[in-house]
Amino acid sequence: MADDTIPRRDFLTGAGAAGAGAAALTAGVPSAKAAESANAPVETWLVLTADEVAFFSAIADTMIPADALSPSGTDCGVPVFIDRQLASAWGAGAKMYRAGPFHIGAPEQGYQLPLTPRDYFAAGVEAANAWSRKTYGKSLDRLSPEQRAEALTAMEGGKAEFADFDARAFFQRLLAITMEGFFSDPIYGGNRGKASWRMLGFPGLPATYAGKTEEYRGKRYVAEPQSIADFS
Amino acid sequence: MVTRLKEIDAVVIGMGWAGGIMARELTLAGLNVVGLERGPDHRPAQDFAMPGIRDELKYQQRLELMGDNSIDTITFRNQPAQMALPIRRWSAFLPGEGVGGTGNHWGGSHWRFQPDDFRLRSYLQTRYGAKSVPDTMTIQDWPVGYDELEPFYDRFDKVCGVSGKAGNLKGRKIAGGNVFEGPRVNDYPNRPMPPSEGGAIFAAAAKSLGYHPFPAPFSAASAPYKNIYGVAMGACQECGFCNRTACEASAKASSVTTIMPALRQEPKFELRTRVFVSKLVYDKAAKRVTGVLYTDLKTGQEYEQPANIVVLSAFVFSNTHMLLHSGIGTPYDHATGKGLVGKNYCYQFEAPAAAFFPDKELNPYMGSPGGGVVIDDFNNASFDHAGLGFFGGGYIIASSGGSPPINGRSVPGGTPAWGSQWKRETVKWYYHSVHFNTQGSVYGHRDNYMDLDPTYRDALGRPLLRLTYNGTDNDHTMSRYLLSRVETVIKAMGPAHYEMRPRPKNFTIVPYQSTHNAGGTIMGSDPGNSVVNRYLQSWDAHNLFVMGASTFPQQHGYNPTGTLGALALWSADKIKTSYLKNPGPLVHA
Repeated sequence: MADDTIPRRDFLTGAGAAGAGAAALTAGVPSAKAAESANAPVETWLVLTADEVAFFSAIADTMIPADALSPSGTDCGVPVFIDRQLASAWGAGAKMYRAGPFHIGAPEQGYQLPLTPRDYFAAGVEAANAWSRKTYGKSLDRLSPEQRAEALTAMEGGKAEFADFDARAFFQRLLAITMEGFFSDPIYGGNRGKASWRMLGFPGLPATYAGKTEEYRGKRYVAEPQSIADFS
Repeated sequence: MVTRLKEIDAVVIGMGWAGGIMARELTLAGLNVVGLERGPDHRPAQDFAMPGIRDELKYQQRLELMGDNSIDTITFRNQPAQMALPIRRWSAFLPGEGVGGTGNHWGGSHWRFQPDDFRLRSYLQTRYGAKSVPDTMTIQDWPVGYDELEPFYDRFDKVCGVSGKAGNLKGRKIAGGNVFEGPRVNDYPNRPMPPSEGGAIFAAAAKSLGYHPFPAPFSAASAPYKNIYGVAMGACQECGFCNRTACEASAKASSVTTIMPALRQEPKFELRTRVFVSKLVYDKAAKRVTGVLYTDLKTGQEYEQPANIVVLSAFVFSNTHMLLHSGIGTPYDHATGKGLVGKNYCYQFEAPAAAFFPDKELNPYMGSPGGGVVIDDFNNASFDHAGLGFFGGGYIIASSGGSPPINGRSVPGGTPAWGSQWKRETVKWYYHSVHFNTQGSVYGHRDNYMDLDPTYRDALGRPLLRLTYNGTDNDHTMSRYLLSRVETVIKAMGPAHYEMRPRPKNFTIVPYQSTHNAGGTIMGSDPGNSVVNRYLQSWDAHNLFVMGASTFPQQHGYNPTGTLGALALWSADKIKTSYLKNPGPLVHA
């Protein structure tokens, strides 16, 4: 299919990746890195569509903006993480009870939809973009950073009404998977360069601290963070 | 077509803590034992090895070690008038699966109940008046006393290599240990873990208020240890990954680390994994279970395994479900309050708090649950309840370790959940917060119970178990009181900011709260008040022994595993010394 051959940068432009988030995918936020990023290998997406890549990139960069503490969510690989997670057994609904009948139930009864995580996020991105187009005249990834923050605040606070989808619940799941991508071990494609672990001062592995509770009592323990990959 | 296998001396359903103990003790008594486990085997050297075991996403978020809801779950509702809906993915509690069961991923908090917990109703009526216990509070005395159980608590300590400090040795109170505990014949097998810095600050503050802080008893070896089954355990590495994760050092006790290494060498033991037990075959007239039916998930073949003794040790939900589905005993009827199987479901009422200390360096990822510091001044019999309007209580702990980056970030309430300010606050507080928990009791209530669901079914076509549960007024009042006590200590610690986090009025199936479920197949003095007798033997089938917290008449203010293990050893001892010689009811009704 011809669509499969469209280079990533083209389809991002086509999807309207004018926002800082999606632009970071190609150019990198710190301008000094632009040349390096332009030559970076093209990302291969397992399940995400172009619209979804643009959406998750915009969300990642709004929730995790680049600043003195860390690079942007996209530069940290959060959309790549989300892609791999939604392509995983978890994304396909492994270990999830999916038999009907389906009822909305009380909030205390938890998630009651038949959708797998992959389908849930696909439906959520569509609903969020439809709401964004209705409210702002364009899809969420094309909004200015200020508008995107405003849109996320509306979703978070229950002020955004999506057609046939619970915007507030969607926001919470979007926040959760974005933070997982930022903070999990880099082996899953996010947290590139252990950026979030450096930011927090989390040393990662090997986490063998016998004796160190006393040795570092009242003093900060400092170590170069290490990933599972560093020991594999 | 069911294939009937050769009869075996004993079959054990579920190879977690209780199942592992029974399999070991019965093979030591010379019996041939088959262990049936629905999940996979777990061998620490390959399954729990470095570096992959240090994976917060895999274990803590994606719940690698937990049961598969797609083949079996439960339904839940708060009130009998609601429609129960399935738990589609575990969250509030996390039952494990595979050899080791929930014991693989527990935090290792290893406790004994208080002597007066074992005679709860009598104790309360004696101390507060014959009419002090409300009609709706369906608590009852245990049919076994603390003194009888003490040797088995002691033996379980020596299975697990527990680390801690005694506070009551043969009646002599010891400062620095738990002076509210029942008398112990022996101290813990291993010295306590060093306290976290947050715990140390908590200890000083608690002491200044006249409370009695002590190191949290921890079911892990603080130094290399050889247990009573001859199994070598490594020393705890204070990695901070205990909960929801298994131990690469084989320091944290589980049946995988403390029992299976011996059982794997035992010719009288056979382990069958990935087999799903569907039913107990019940001969009601003979008051015996003749065997168990199971489906081998590797072949699809259904088998009947006849056995002389059947041990049901498959967690609270599956134990209750199996009896209901097999028609053993009388199901609890909420409308009349009659019937016993499913009665007295009790959760654990845990409410947390957090405090922030900008000037203290707390290295939040470092440590173990054993580095927590506890006060037990507000458990059941530790204090006077006169005029307080509730019964029960629980221990209070300043916890240690366990702050990995996805789950363990703590910021003051009102902080944005994303964006630049969120990031600044996250970094500002990561090294500087202390977490507290209250391990509240839950006393039986006639509206909290389990029965079979009329709508939803599991992968074998059986009706799911239905849980009806909500927090009671008693337990909410108890929990608020515990939080008010923690608050006095937190204030004395001098934080820049702190937050008490009471539980919402309705119990919710998300987020995670506690895996401490209890009741459903409760033990008691006669068939009119219980499903099993004091030796965990079914009143309705003398060769059926039901293990685990499902036998607790109510939940006390401590983690259940210490008592669960002691009860399994107590039951095994009675089987060995009495039942094998003279099979039949061990208690005459």
